[in-house]
Amino acid sequence: MSKASKALPFWRSGASTPFLLLAPALITMAFVVLVPLVFSLYTSFTGYRLVRPETLYTVIGWRNYARALTDFDFWIAFGRTILFLTIAINLELLLGLGIALLINKVTWGQRTLRTIMMFPMMFSPILVGFQFKFIFNDNIGILNNALLALGLIATPLPWLVNGALAMFSLAFAEIWMSTSVFAILLLAGLFAMPSDPLEAAKVDGCNTWQVFRHITLPFIMPFAYIAMTIRSLDVARAYDIVKVMTGGGPAGRTELLWTIIAREGYDNARMGMANSMAYISTILSILFTWYFYRKLVSARRYMGGEQ
Amino acid sequence: MSTTETFHPPINQRLKSAGLWLATFLLMIIMCVPGLWVVLSAFRPNSEILAKPPVWIPQNLTLDNFRKIFGLGSEQIGLPVGSYFMNSVIIAATSTFIALVIGMAGGYAFARYRFAGKGGIFLGLMLFRAVPGIALSLPVFMIWSKLGLIDTKLGLVIVYVSLNVPFTIWLIDGFFRQIPLALSEAAQVDGCTRWQAFWKIEFPLARSGIAAAGVFAFLTSWNEFALASQLTRSTDSKTLPVGLLDFTAQFTIDWAGMCAMAVIIIIPALALTFLVQKHLIAGLTFGGVKG
Repeated sequence: MSKASKALPFWRSGASTPFLLLAPALITMAFVVLVPLVFSLYTSFTGYRLVRPETLYTVIGWRNYARALTDFDFWIAFGRTILFLTIAINLELLLGLGIALLINKVTWGQRTLRTIMMFPMMFSPILVGFQFKFIFNDNIGILNNALLALGLIATPLPWLVNGALAMFSLAFAEIWMSTSVFAILLLAGLFAMPSDPLEAAKVDGCNTWQVFRHITLPFIMPFAYIAMTIRSLDVARAYDIVKVMTGGGPAGRTELLWTIIAREGYDNARMGMANSMAYISTILSILFTWYFYRKLVSARRYMGGEQ
Repeated sequence: MSTTETFHPPINQRLKSAGLWLATFLLMIIMCVPGLWVVLSAFRPNSEILAKPPVWIPQNLTLDNFRKIFGLGSEQIGLPVGSYFMNSVIIAATSTFIALVIGMAGGYAFARYRFAGKGGIFLGLMLFRAVPGIALSLPVFMIWSKLGLIDTKLGLVIVYVSLNVPFTIWLIDGFFRQIPLALSEAAQVDGCTRWQAFWKIEFPLARSGIAAAGVFAFLTSWNEFALASQLTRSTDSKTLPVGLLDFTAQFTIDWAGMCAMAVIIIIPALALTFLVQKHLIAGLTFGGVKG
Protein backbone atom coordinates (compact mmCIF):
# COMPACT_ATOMS: atom_id res chain seq x y z
CA MET A 1 0.00 0.00 0.00
CA SER A 2 1.62 3.21 -1.14
CA LYS A 3 -0.27 5.20 1.47
CA ALA A 4 1.66 3.69 4.35
CA SER A 5 5.10 4.09 2.83
CA LYS A 6 4.47 7.66 1.76
CA ALA A 7 2.91 8.62 5.07
CA LEU A 8 5.84 7.10 6.95
CA PRO A 9 7.88 10.30 7.41
CA PHE A 10 4.93 12.10 8.93
CA TRP A 11 3.89 9.63 11.50
CA ARG A 12 7.40 8.64 12.40
CA SER A 13 8.09 12.24 13.28
CA GLY A 14 5.02 12.33 15.47
CA ALA A 15 3.72 8.91 16.47
CA SER A 16 1.59 10.56 19.12
CA THR A 17 -0.39 12.73 16.69
CA PRO A 18 -3.34 10.35 16.20
CA PHE A 19 -3.67 9.92 19.94
CA LEU A 20 -3.63 13.66 20.46
CA LEU A 21 -6.33 14.02 17.81
CA LEU A 22 -8.39 11.32 19.48
CA ALA A 23 -7.82 12.60 23.01
CA PRO A 24 -10.86 14.93 23.15
CA ALA A 25 -13.14 12.13 21.94
CA LEU A 26 -11.70 9.61 24.40
CA ILE A 27 -11.83 12.04 27.33
CA THR A 28 -15.46 12.95 26.61
CA MET A 29 -16.48 9.32 26.32
CA ALA A 30 -14.60 8.44 29.50
CA PHE A 31 -16.28 11.25 31.44
CA VAL A 32 -19.84 10.72 30.24
CA VAL A 33 -19.95 6.98 29.59
CA LEU A 34 -17.07 5.04 31.14
CA VAL A 35 -17.00 6.70 34.57
CA PRO A 36 -20.81 6.55 34.94
CA LEU A 37 -20.78 2.89 33.87
CA VAL A 38 -18.18 2.05 36.52
CA PHE A 39 -20.18 4.00 39.09
CA SER A 40 -23.32 2.23 37.93
CA LEU A 41 -21.59 -1.14 38.36
CA TYR A 42 -20.63 -0.21 41.93
CA THR A 43 -24.15 1.05 42.67
CA SER A 44 -25.65 -2.18 41.40
CA PHE A 45 -23.92 -3.94 44.32
CA THR A 46 -25.38 -1.56 46.90
CA GLY A 47 -28.85 -1.09 48.30
CA TYR A 48 -28.85 2.55 47.18
CA ARG A 49 -32.20 4.30 47.44
CA LEU A 50 -32.54 7.87 46.23
CA VAL A 51 -34.48 8.95 49.30
CA ARG A 52 -31.79 7.64 51.69
CA PRO A 53 -28.38 8.87 50.46
CA GLU A 54 -26.39 6.99 53.12
CA THR A 55 -27.47 3.67 51.57
CA LEU A 56 -25.02 4.35 48.72
CA TYR A 57 -22.32 2.88 50.98
CA THR A 58 -24.14 -0.29 52.03
CA VAL A 59 -22.67 -2.95 49.80
CA ILE A 60 -25.01 -5.90 49.54
CA GLY A 61 -23.10 -8.02 47.01
CA TRP A 62 -25.05 -9.88 44.38
CA ARG A 63 -28.40 -9.48 46.10
CA ASN A 64 -29.78 -6.99 43.51
CA TYR A 65 -28.84 -9.31 40.68
CA ALA A 66 -30.25 -12.30 42.49
CA ARG A 67 -33.50 -10.43 43.07
CA ALA A 68 -33.71 -9.22 39.48
CA LEU A 69 -33.00 -12.66 38.10
CA THR A 70 -35.62 -14.33 40.27
CA ASP A 71 -38.18 -11.59 39.68
CA PHE A 72 -41.05 -12.85 37.55
CA ASP A 73 -41.94 -9.38 36.22
CA PHE A 74 -38.36 -8.80 35.15
CA TRP A 75 -38.23 -12.03 33.16
CA ILE A 76 -41.58 -11.35 31.56
CA ALA A 77 -40.38 -7.90 30.47
CA PHE A 78 -37.08 -9.42 29.37
CA GLY A 79 -38.74 -12.06 27.24
CA ARG A 80 -41.21 -9.55 25.87
CA THR A 81 -38.36 -7.23 24.88
CA ILE A 82 -36.49 -10.00 23.05
CA LEU A 83 -39.66 -11.13 21.27
CA PHE A 84 -40.60 -7.54 20.42
CA LEU A 85 -37.19 -6.77 18.94
CA THR A 86 -36.93 -10.07 17.05
CA ILE A 87 -40.27 -9.57 15.36
CA ALA A 88 -39.81 -5.85 14.75
CA ILE A 89 -36.28 -6.02 13.36
CA ASN A 90 -36.91 -9.00 11.10
CA LEU A 91 -40.01 -7.39 9.65
CA GLU A 92 -38.13 -4.11 9.21
CA LEU A 93 -35.39 -5.92 7.30
CA LEU A 94 -37.87 -7.77 5.08
CA LEU A 95 -40.07 -4.75 4.40
CA GLY A 96 -37.02 -2.56 3.87
CA LEU A 97 -35.62 -5.06 1.38
CA GLY A 98 -38.94 -5.22 -0.43
CA ILE A 99 -39.19 -1.44 -0.71
CA ALA A 100 -35.57 -1.13 -1.82
CA LEU A 101 -36.04 -3.76 -4.55
CA LEU A 102 -39.22 -2.06 -5.71
CA ILE A 103 -37.65 1.39 -5.94
CA ASN A 104 -34.58 -0.11 -7.62
CA LYS A 105 -36.84 -1.59 -10.32
CA VAL A 106 -38.47 1.74 -11.08
CA THR A 107 -36.73 3.28 -14.06
CA TRP A 108 -37.33 6.97 -13.41
CA GLY A 109 -38.16 9.27 -10.53
CA GLN A 110 -36.14 7.12 -8.14
CA ARG A 111 -34.82 10.12 -6.20
CA THR A 112 -38.34 11.45 -5.55
CA LEU A 113 -39.48 8.07 -4.28
CA ARG A 114 -36.40 7.77 -2.10
CA THR A 115 -37.00 11.18 -0.59
CA ILE A 116 -40.61 10.35 0.24
CA MET A 117 -39.45 7.06 1.71
CA MET A 118 -37.15 8.89 4.12
CA PHE A 119 -40.10 10.72 5.69
CA PRO A 120 -40.56 8.37 8.69
CA MET A 121 -36.81 8.54 9.43
CA MET A 122 -37.18 12.18 10.39
CA PHE A 123 -39.65 11.44 13.17
CA SER A 124 -38.14 11.13 16.59
CA PRO A 125 -39.31 8.12 18.65
CA ILE A 126 -41.27 10.37 20.98
CA LEU A 127 -43.09 11.82 17.96
CA VAL A 128 -43.75 8.37 16.51
CA GLY A 129 -45.17 7.34 19.86
CA PHE A 130 -47.40 10.39 20.05
CA GLN A 131 -48.49 9.97 16.45
CA PHE A 132 -49.66 6.40 16.97
CA LYS A 133 -51.20 7.26 20.33
CA PHE A 134 -53.32 9.68 18.29
CA ILE A 135 -54.03 7.24 15.46
CA PHE A 136 -54.73 4.21 17.66
CA ASN A 137 -56.86 6.22 20.12
CA ASP A 138 -60.00 4.14 20.63
CA ASN A 139 -62.34 7.12 20.71
CA ILE A 140 -61.14 9.67 18.15
CA GLY A 141 -58.32 7.79 16.36
CA ILE A 142 -58.44 7.67 12.58
CA LEU A 143 -57.95 3.89 12.58
CA ASN A 144 -61.07 3.09 14.59
CA ASN A 145 -63.01 5.77 12.73
CA ALA A 146 -62.03 4.23 9.41
CA LEU A 147 -62.77 0.66 10.51
CA LEU A 148 -66.17 1.73 11.85
CA ALA A 149 -66.99 3.71 8.72
CA LEU A 150 -66.09 0.73 6.53
CA GLY A 151 -68.23 -1.49 8.69
CA LEU A 152 -65.35 -3.85 9.51
CA ILE A 153 -65.95 -3.53 13.24
CA ALA A 154 -69.15 -2.80 15.15
CA THR A 155 -67.62 -1.25 18.28
CA PRO A 156 -64.33 0.64 18.66
CA LEU A 157 -61.31 -1.62 19.29
CA PRO A 158 -59.34 -0.75 22.46
CA TRP A 159 -55.96 -0.61 20.64
CA LEU A 160 -53.94 0.78 23.52
CA VAL A 161 -56.02 -0.56 26.39
CA ASN A 162 -56.00 -4.26 25.61
CA GLY A 163 -52.64 -5.95 26.35
CA ALA A 164 -52.24 -7.89 23.10
CA LEU A 165 -53.55 -5.09 20.89
CA ALA A 166 -51.28 -2.61 22.67
CA MET A 167 -48.21 -4.77 21.95
CA PHE A 168 -49.28 -4.93 18.32
CA SER A 169 -49.67 -1.14 18.21
CA LEU A 170 -46.22 -0.64 19.74
CA ALA A 171 -44.63 -3.02 17.25
CA PHE A 172 -46.43 -1.26 14.42
CA ALA A 173 -45.03 2.09 15.56
CA GLU A 174 -41.53 0.65 15.91
CA ILE A 175 -41.64 -0.91 12.45
CA TRP A 176 -43.04 2.26 10.90
CA MET A 177 -40.19 4.25 12.39
CA SER A 178 -37.27 2.04 11.39
CA THR A 179 -38.16 0.33 8.11
CA SER A 180 -36.84 3.34 6.17
CA VAL A 181 -33.39 2.93 7.71
CA PHE A 182 -33.12 -0.55 6.22
CA ALA A 183 -34.69 0.47 2.92
CA ILE A 184 -32.40 3.45 2.43
CA LEU A 185 -29.19 1.55 3.13
CA LEU A 186 -30.18 -1.52 1.10
CA LEU A 187 -31.15 0.77 -1.75
CA ALA A 188 -27.73 2.40 -1.57
CA GLY A 189 -26.30 -1.12 -1.91
CA LEU A 190 -28.47 -1.88 -4.93
CA PHE A 191 -27.46 1.42 -6.57
CA ALA A 192 -23.78 0.58 -6.03
CA MET A 193 -24.12 -2.88 -7.57
CA PRO A 194 -22.33 -3.40 -10.91
CA SER A 195 -24.68 -4.61 -13.66
CA ASP A 196 -22.21 -6.96 -15.43
CA PRO A 197 -22.65 -9.98 -13.15
CA LEU A 198 -26.43 -9.62 -13.36
CA GLU A 199 -26.39 -9.62 -17.15
CA ALA A 200 -23.89 -12.47 -17.27
CA ALA A 201 -26.11 -14.55 -15.00
CA LYS A 202 -29.14 -13.85 -17.16
CA VAL A 203 -27.24 -14.85 -20.29
CA ASP A 204 -26.28 -18.06 -18.51
CA GLY A 205 -29.98 -18.74 -17.98
CA CYS A 206 -30.42 -17.97 -14.30
CA ASN A 207 -33.96 -17.15 -13.31
CA THR A 208 -34.93 -14.07 -11.30
CA TRP A 209 -34.82 -15.91 -7.97
CA GLN A 210 -31.39 -17.44 -8.67
CA VAL A 211 -29.99 -14.06 -9.66
CA PHE A 212 -31.36 -12.53 -6.48
CA ARG A 213 -30.21 -15.36 -4.23
CA HIS A 214 -26.68 -15.78 -5.57
CA ILE A 215 -25.70 -12.33 -6.85
CA THR A 216 -27.86 -9.52 -5.48
CA LEU A 217 -28.21 -10.80 -1.93
CA PRO A 218 -24.51 -11.47 -1.24
CA PHE A 219 -23.66 -8.05 -2.66
CA ILE A 220 -26.07 -6.12 -0.45
CA MET A 221 -25.38 -8.12 2.72
CA PRO A 222 -22.71 -5.67 3.96
CA PHE A 223 -25.31 -2.92 3.61
CA ALA A 224 -27.75 -4.99 5.64
CA TYR A 225 -25.05 -5.34 8.32
CA ILE A 226 -24.49 -1.58 8.34
CA ALA A 227 -28.22 -1.13 8.85
CA MET A 228 -28.23 -3.75 11.61
CA THR A 229 -25.25 -2.10 13.34
CA ILE A 230 -26.88 1.33 13.19
CA ARG A 231 -30.16 -0.16 14.33
CA SER A 232 -28.57 -2.06 17.19
CA LEU A 233 -27.19 1.23 18.51
CA ASP A 234 -30.67 2.56 19.13
CA VAL A 235 -32.92 -0.39 19.93
CA ALA A 236 -33.47 1.19 23.32
CA ARG A 237 -35.35 4.03 21.63
CA ALA A 238 -38.38 1.75 21.91
CA TYR A 239 -38.48 3.08 25.48
CA ASP A 240 -39.61 6.49 24.20
CA ILE A 241 -42.41 4.95 22.16
CA VAL A 242 -43.71 2.82 25.03
CA LYS A 243 -43.44 5.75 27.44
CA VAL A 244 -45.75 7.91 25.32
CA MET A 245 -48.14 5.31 23.98
CA THR A 246 -48.93 3.10 26.97
CA GLY A 247 -46.52 3.98 29.78
CA GLY A 248 -45.99 0.22 30.21
CA GLY A 249 -49.69 -0.36 30.86
CA PRO A 250 -52.34 -1.74 30.92
CA ALA A 251 -51.24 -3.30 34.24
CA GLY A 252 -47.67 -3.80 33.05
CA ARG A 253 -48.72 -5.73 29.95
CA THR A 254 -46.47 -3.69 27.64
CA GLU A 255 -43.57 -3.27 30.05
CA LEU A 256 -40.19 -3.62 28.32
CA LEU A 257 -36.77 -3.99 29.92
CA TRP A 258 -36.14 -0.25 29.72
CA THR A 259 -39.45 0.86 31.19
CA ILE A 260 -38.92 -1.52 34.13
CA ILE A 261 -35.51 0.07 34.75
CA ALA A 262 -37.00 3.57 34.73
CA ARG A 263 -39.79 2.49 37.06
CA GLU A 264 -37.40 0.91 39.58
CA GLY A 265 -34.89 3.77 39.47
CA TYR A 266 -37.01 6.88 39.31
CA ASP A 267 -40.55 5.98 40.39
CA ASN A 268 -39.60 3.51 43.13
CA ALA A 269 -36.27 5.31 43.81
CA ARG A 270 -34.47 1.96 44.16
CA MET A 271 -31.30 2.99 42.32
CA GLY A 272 -29.21 -0.02 43.30
CA MET A 273 -31.79 -2.44 41.96
CA ALA A 274 -32.38 -0.35 38.82
CA ASN A 275 -28.65 -0.23 38.13
CA SER A 276 -28.33 -4.00 38.27
CA MET A 277 -31.17 -4.31 35.73
CA ALA A 278 -29.62 -1.53 33.65
CA TYR A 279 -26.34 -3.43 33.63
CA ILE A 280 -28.02 -6.52 32.28
CA SER A 281 -29.65 -4.48 29.51
CA THR A 282 -26.39 -2.66 28.72
CA ILE A 283 -24.50 -5.92 28.32
CA LEU A 284 -27.25 -7.20 26.02
CA SER A 285 -27.12 -4.09 23.85
CA ILE A 286 -23.34 -4.19 23.65
CA LEU A 287 -23.32 -7.88 22.66
CA PHE A 288 -25.92 -7.18 20.00
CA THR A 289 -23.94 -4.28 18.52
CA TRP A 290 -20.66 -6.16 18.78
CA TYR A 291 -22.10 -9.14 16.90
CA PHE A 292 -23.27 -7.07 13.95
CA TYR A 293 -20.15 -4.95 13.95
CA ARG A 294 -18.02 -8.12 13.62
CA LYS A 295 -20.24 -9.20 10.73
CA LEU A 296 -19.83 -5.79 9.16
CA VAL A 297 -16.04 -5.89 9.46
CA SER A 298 -15.77 -9.35 7.92
CA ALA A 299 -18.14 -8.41 5.11
CA ARG A 300 -16.06 -5.30 4.52
CA ARG A 301 -12.89 -7.39 4.37
CA TYR A 302 -14.60 -9.79 1.96
CA MET A 303 -15.41 -6.85 -0.29
CA GLY A 304 -11.75 -5.86 -0.42
CA GLY A 305 -11.90 -2.79 1.75
CA GLU A 306 -9.30 -2.12 4.40
CA GLN A 307 -9.86 -1.57 8.06
CA MET B 1 -38.79 -9.21 -14.43
CA SER B 2 -39.48 -11.32 -17.53
CA THR B 3 -36.61 -12.01 -19.90
CA THR B 4 -38.79 -11.30 -22.93
CA GLU B 5 -39.49 -7.75 -21.88
CA THR B 6 -36.98 -6.35 -24.43
CA PHE B 7 -39.26 -7.57 -27.23
CA HIS B 8 -42.24 -5.50 -26.10
CA PRO B 9 -43.00 -2.42 -28.14
CA PRO B 10 -41.58 0.72 -26.47
CA ILE B 11 -45.00 2.24 -25.73
CA ASN B 12 -46.02 -0.85 -23.80
CA GLN B 13 -42.84 -0.77 -21.80
CA ARG B 14 -43.21 2.90 -21.00
CA LEU B 15 -46.74 2.27 -19.75
CA LYS B 16 -45.44 -0.57 -17.62
CA SER B 17 -42.73 1.54 -16.03
CA ALA B 18 -45.20 4.38 -15.44
CA GLY B 19 -47.53 1.91 -13.76
CA LEU B 20 -44.71 0.59 -11.60
CA TRP B 21 -43.74 4.12 -10.64
CA LEU B 22 -47.31 4.99 -9.75
CA ALA B 23 -47.76 1.84 -7.68
CA THR B 24 -44.52 2.50 -5.79
CA PHE B 25 -45.43 6.15 -5.34
CA LEU B 26 -48.82 5.22 -3.87
CA LEU B 27 -47.18 2.71 -1.55
CA MET B 28 -44.77 5.39 -0.31
CA ILE B 29 -47.64 7.82 0.26
CA ILE B 30 -49.59 5.22 2.23
CA MET B 31 -46.46 4.73 4.33
CA CYS B 32 -46.43 8.45 5.05
CA VAL B 33 -50.14 8.70 5.93
CA PRO B 34 -49.74 8.44 9.74
CA GLY B 35 -47.28 11.34 9.75
CA LEU B 36 -49.31 13.40 7.30
CA TRP B 37 -52.43 12.88 9.40
CA VAL B 38 -50.72 14.44 12.43
CA VAL B 39 -49.52 17.38 10.31
CA LEU B 40 -53.02 17.91 8.92
CA SER B 41 -54.59 17.70 12.38
CA ALA B 42 -52.29 20.48 13.59
CA PHE B 43 -54.21 22.84 11.32
CA ARG B 44 -57.69 21.70 12.38
CA PRO B 45 -59.68 22.93 15.36
CA ASN B 46 -60.09 20.51 18.26
CA SER B 47 -63.86 20.43 17.76
CA GLU B 48 -63.33 18.91 14.32
CA ILE B 49 -60.86 16.29 15.56
CA LEU B 50 -63.20 15.24 18.37
CA ALA B 51 -66.36 15.33 16.20
CA LYS B 52 -68.70 12.34 16.17
CA PRO B 53 -69.36 11.18 13.50
CA PRO B 54 -65.80 11.92 12.31
CA VAL B 55 -65.17 14.77 9.86
CA TRP B 56 -63.04 13.28 7.07
CA ILE B 57 -62.55 16.30 4.84
CA PRO B 58 -61.13 19.28 6.81
CA GLN B 59 -63.76 22.04 6.78
CA ASN B 60 -61.73 24.93 8.16
CA LEU B 61 -57.96 25.03 8.39
CA THR B 62 -56.52 27.34 11.01
CA LEU B 63 -53.26 28.48 12.58
CA ASP B 64 -54.93 28.91 15.98
CA ASN B 65 -53.26 25.80 17.40
CA PHE B 66 -49.83 27.30 16.76
CA ARG B 67 -50.83 30.68 18.23
CA LYS B 68 -52.18 28.84 21.23
CA ILE B 69 -49.09 26.79 22.04
CA PHE B 70 -46.88 29.86 21.74
CA GLY B 71 -49.28 31.79 23.97
CA LEU B 72 -50.25 34.31 21.28
CA GLY B 73 -53.98 33.78 20.84
CA SER B 74 -56.88 34.27 23.19
CA GLU B 75 -56.70 30.61 24.18
CA GLN B 76 -53.65 29.65 26.23
CA ILE B 77 -52.12 26.39 27.32
CA GLY B 78 -50.13 25.78 30.47
CA LEU B 79 -46.92 24.84 28.71
CA PRO B 80 -44.06 27.22 27.88
CA VAL B 81 -43.47 25.77 24.43
CA GLY B 82 -41.48 28.86 23.41
CA SER B 83 -38.81 28.29 26.02
CA TYR B 84 -38.73 24.53 25.32
CA PHE B 85 -38.09 25.43 21.70
CA MET B 86 -35.26 27.78 22.61
CA ASN B 87 -33.73 25.19 24.96
CA SER B 88 -33.86 22.58 22.22
CA VAL B 89 -32.19 24.90 19.70
CA ILE B 90 -29.45 26.03 22.09
CA ILE B 91 -28.69 22.54 23.42
CA ALA B 92 -28.76 20.83 20.02
CA ALA B 93 -26.70 23.52 18.26
CA THR B 94 -24.04 23.73 20.98
CA SER B 95 -23.62 20.00 21.35
CA THR B 96 -23.50 19.56 17.57
CA PHE B 97 -20.76 22.16 17.20
CA ILE B 98 -18.60 20.60 19.92
CA ALA B 99 -19.24 17.05 18.65
CA LEU B 100 -18.20 18.13 15.14
CA VAL B 101 -14.90 19.63 16.33
CA ILE B 102 -14.10 16.53 18.38
CA GLY B 103 -15.37 14.23 15.64
CA MET B 104 -13.31 15.94 12.93
CA ALA B 105 -10.12 15.48 14.92
CA GLY B 106 -11.00 11.86 15.68
CA GLY B 107 -12.22 11.07 12.18
CA TYR B 108 -9.04 12.51 10.69
CA ALA B 109 -6.96 10.37 13.02
CA PHE B 110 -8.80 7.21 11.91
CA ALA B 111 -8.71 8.09 8.22
CA ARG B 112 -5.11 9.24 7.92
CA TYR B 113 -3.01 7.49 10.56
CA ARG B 114 -2.08 3.99 11.45
CA PHE B 115 -1.67 3.43 15.16
CA ALA B 116 -1.74 0.74 17.77
CA GLY B 117 -5.20 -0.35 18.88
CA LYS B 118 -6.98 1.47 16.05
CA GLY B 119 -9.66 -1.15 15.42
CA GLY B 120 -10.15 -1.65 19.13
CA ILE B 121 -10.62 2.05 19.85
CA PHE B 122 -13.11 2.40 17.00
CA LEU B 123 -15.10 -0.60 18.22
CA GLY B 124 -14.93 0.71 21.78
CA LEU B 125 -16.41 4.04 20.72
CA MET B 126 -19.27 2.30 18.93
CA LEU B 127 -19.99 0.02 21.89
CA PHE B 128 -20.12 3.02 24.22
CA ARG B 129 -22.73 4.45 21.93
CA ALA B 130 -24.76 1.27 22.27
CA VAL B 131 -25.45 1.76 25.99
CA PRO B 132 -29.23 2.28 26.27
CA GLY B 133 -30.11 5.88 27.12
CA ILE B 134 -32.22 4.95 30.11
CA ALA B 135 -29.48 2.69 31.53
CA LEU B 136 -26.91 5.46 31.12
CA SER B 137 -29.29 7.99 32.64
CA LEU B 138 -29.18 6.30 36.08
CA PRO B 139 -25.48 6.85 36.90
CA VAL B 140 -25.37 10.14 34.98
CA PHE B 141 -28.34 11.33 37.03
CA MET B 142 -26.54 10.48 40.27
CA ILE B 143 -23.24 12.08 39.21
CA TRP B 144 -24.89 15.16 37.70
CA SER B 145 -26.81 15.68 40.97
CA LYS B 146 -23.51 15.79 42.85
CA LEU B 147 -22.02 18.19 40.28
CA GLY B 148 -25.08 20.43 40.20
CA LEU B 149 -25.65 19.74 36.50
CA ILE B 150 -29.24 18.51 36.80
CA ASP B 151 -31.69 20.85 35.08
CA THR B 152 -28.96 22.85 33.34
CA LYS B 153 -28.42 23.19 29.61
CA LEU B 154 -24.72 22.48 30.14
CA GLY B 155 -25.52 19.12 31.72
CA LEU B 156 -27.49 18.03 28.68
CA VAL B 157 -24.95 19.45 26.23
CA ILE B 158 -22.16 17.37 27.79
CA VAL B 159 -24.24 14.20 27.52
CA TYR B 160 -25.24 14.89 23.91
CA VAL B 161 -21.67 15.59 22.84
CA SER B 162 -20.63 12.14 24.01
CA LEU B 163 -23.73 10.61 22.46
CA ASN B 164 -22.78 12.11 19.09
CA VAL B 165 -19.00 11.73 19.03
CA PRO B 166 -18.86 8.01 18.01
CA PHE B 167 -21.22 8.39 15.09
CA THR B 168 -19.69 11.68 13.98
CA ILE B 169 -16.28 10.00 13.91
CA TRP B 170 -17.69 7.10 11.89
CA LEU B 171 -19.21 9.42 9.26
CA ILE B 172 -16.32 11.88 9.04
CA ASP B 173 -13.74 9.09 8.89
CA GLY B 174 -15.58 7.78 5.83
CA PHE B 175 -15.60 11.18 4.13
CA PHE B 176 -11.89 11.81 4.71
CA ARG B 177 -11.02 8.37 3.32
CA GLN B 178 -12.70 9.24 0.03
CA ILE B 179 -10.27 12.12 -0.49
CA PRO B 180 -7.09 10.85 -2.18
CA LEU B 181 -4.09 11.16 0.09
CA ALA B 182 -2.07 12.40 -2.91
CA LEU B 183 -3.88 15.76 -2.81
CA SER B 184 -2.75 16.76 0.64
CA GLU B 185 0.69 15.25 0.03
CA ALA B 186 1.08 17.43 -3.03
CA ALA B 187 0.18 20.46 -0.94
CA GLN B 188 2.75 19.46 1.62
CA VAL B 189 5.42 19.02 -1.06
CA ASP B 190 4.57 22.56 -2.12
CA GLY B 191 5.41 23.80 1.35
CA CYS B 192 2.18 23.56 3.33
CA THR B 193 2.29 22.10 6.81
CA ARG B 194 -0.05 19.20 7.44
CA TRP B 195 -2.29 21.57 9.39
CA GLN B 196 -2.47 23.98 6.43
CA ALA B 197 -3.00 21.13 3.98
CA PHE B 198 -5.93 19.95 6.07
CA TRP B 199 -7.67 23.34 6.04
CA LYS B 200 -6.87 24.13 2.40
CA ILE B 201 -7.44 20.73 0.79
CA GLU B 202 -9.16 18.12 2.91
CA PHE B 203 -11.60 20.24 4.88
CA PRO B 204 -13.13 22.00 1.83
CA LEU B 205 -13.49 18.67 0.02
CA ALA B 206 -15.12 16.93 2.97
CA ARG B 207 -17.22 19.96 3.91
CA SER B 208 -20.56 18.67 2.65
CA GLY B 209 -19.97 15.35 4.38
CA ILE B 210 -19.09 17.10 7.60
CA ALA B 211 -22.29 19.10 7.26
CA ALA B 212 -24.23 15.84 6.93
CA ALA B 213 -22.57 14.50 10.07
CA GLY B 214 -23.54 17.75 11.76
CA VAL B 215 -27.15 17.34 10.74
CA PHE B 216 -27.15 13.80 12.06
CA ALA B 217 -25.74 14.98 15.39
CA PHE B 218 -28.20 17.87 15.56
CA LEU B 219 -31.15 15.55 15.00
CA THR B 220 -29.93 13.05 17.59
CA SER B 221 -29.84 15.82 20.19
CA TRP B 222 -33.05 17.40 18.94
CA ASN B 223 -34.95 14.11 19.20
CA GLU B 224 -33.40 12.59 22.32
CA PHE B 225 -35.86 11.81 25.10
CA ALA B 226 -34.75 9.11 27.58
CA LEU B 227 -31.87 11.10 29.06
CA ALA B 228 -33.50 14.52 28.72
CA SER B 229 -36.62 13.39 30.56
CA GLN B 230 -34.56 12.48 33.65
CA LEU B 231 -31.89 15.21 33.58
CA THR B 232 -34.24 18.18 33.13
CA ARG B 233 -36.71 19.59 35.60
CA SER B 234 -37.96 23.04 34.56
CA THR B 235 -38.11 25.59 31.76
CA ASP B 236 -34.38 26.17 32.36
CA SER B 237 -33.52 23.07 30.39
CA LYS B 238 -36.58 21.08 29.29
CA THR B 239 -36.49 20.28 25.59
CA LEU B 240 -39.36 19.85 23.12
CA PRO B 241 -39.64 16.03 23.33
CA VAL B 242 -39.92 16.26 27.13
CA GLY B 243 -42.48 19.03 26.70
CA LEU B 244 -44.51 16.88 24.32
CA LEU B 245 -44.71 14.10 26.91
CA ASP B 246 -45.81 16.63 29.55
CA PHE B 247 -48.45 17.74 27.09
CA THR B 248 -49.79 14.20 26.56
CA ALA B 249 -49.85 13.64 30.32
CA GLN B 250 -51.96 16.73 30.99
CA PHE B 251 -55.39 16.36 32.50
CA THR B 252 -57.29 17.85 29.58
CA ILE B 253 -56.35 16.24 26.30
CA ASP B 254 -55.71 18.82 23.60
CA TRP B 255 -55.03 16.76 20.47
CA ALA B 256 -54.87 19.73 18.10
CA GLY B 257 -52.36 21.52 20.34
CA MET B 258 -50.22 18.39 20.63
CA CYS B 259 -50.27 17.93 16.86
CA ALA B 260 -49.15 21.54 16.45
CA MET B 261 -46.29 20.91 18.86
CA ALA B 262 -45.37 17.75 16.92
CA VAL B 263 -45.19 19.86 13.75
CA ILE B 264 -42.88 22.33 15.53
CA ILE B 265 -40.58 19.39 16.35
CA ILE B 266 -40.71 17.83 12.90
CA ILE B 267 -40.16 20.92 10.71
CA PRO B 268 -36.46 21.53 11.50
CA ALA B 269 -35.78 17.80 11.20
CA LEU B 270 -37.56 17.65 7.85
CA ALA B 271 -35.78 20.68 6.43
CA LEU B 272 -32.33 19.60 7.54
CA THR B 273 -32.65 16.01 6.36
CA PHE B 274 -33.84 17.08 2.91
CA LEU B 275 -30.86 19.39 2.61
CA VAL B 276 -28.24 16.75 3.24
CA GLN B 277 -29.94 13.42 2.46
CA LYS B 278 -27.56 12.58 -0.39
CA HIS B 279 -24.45 13.07 1.74
CA LEU B 280 -26.03 11.28 4.65
CA ILE B 281 -26.59 8.11 2.64
CA ALA B 282 -23.11 8.32 1.09
CA GLY B 283 -21.57 8.83 4.52
CA LEU B 284 -23.35 5.89 6.10
CA THR B 285 -22.50 3.45 3.33
CA PHE B 286 -19.00 4.49 2.27
CA GLY B 287 -17.81 4.97 5.79
CA GLY B 288 -19.01 1.48 6.55
CA VAL B 289 -18.21 -0.60 3.52
CA LYS B 290 -15.39 0.83 1.48
CA GLY B 291 -13.54 1.43 4.73
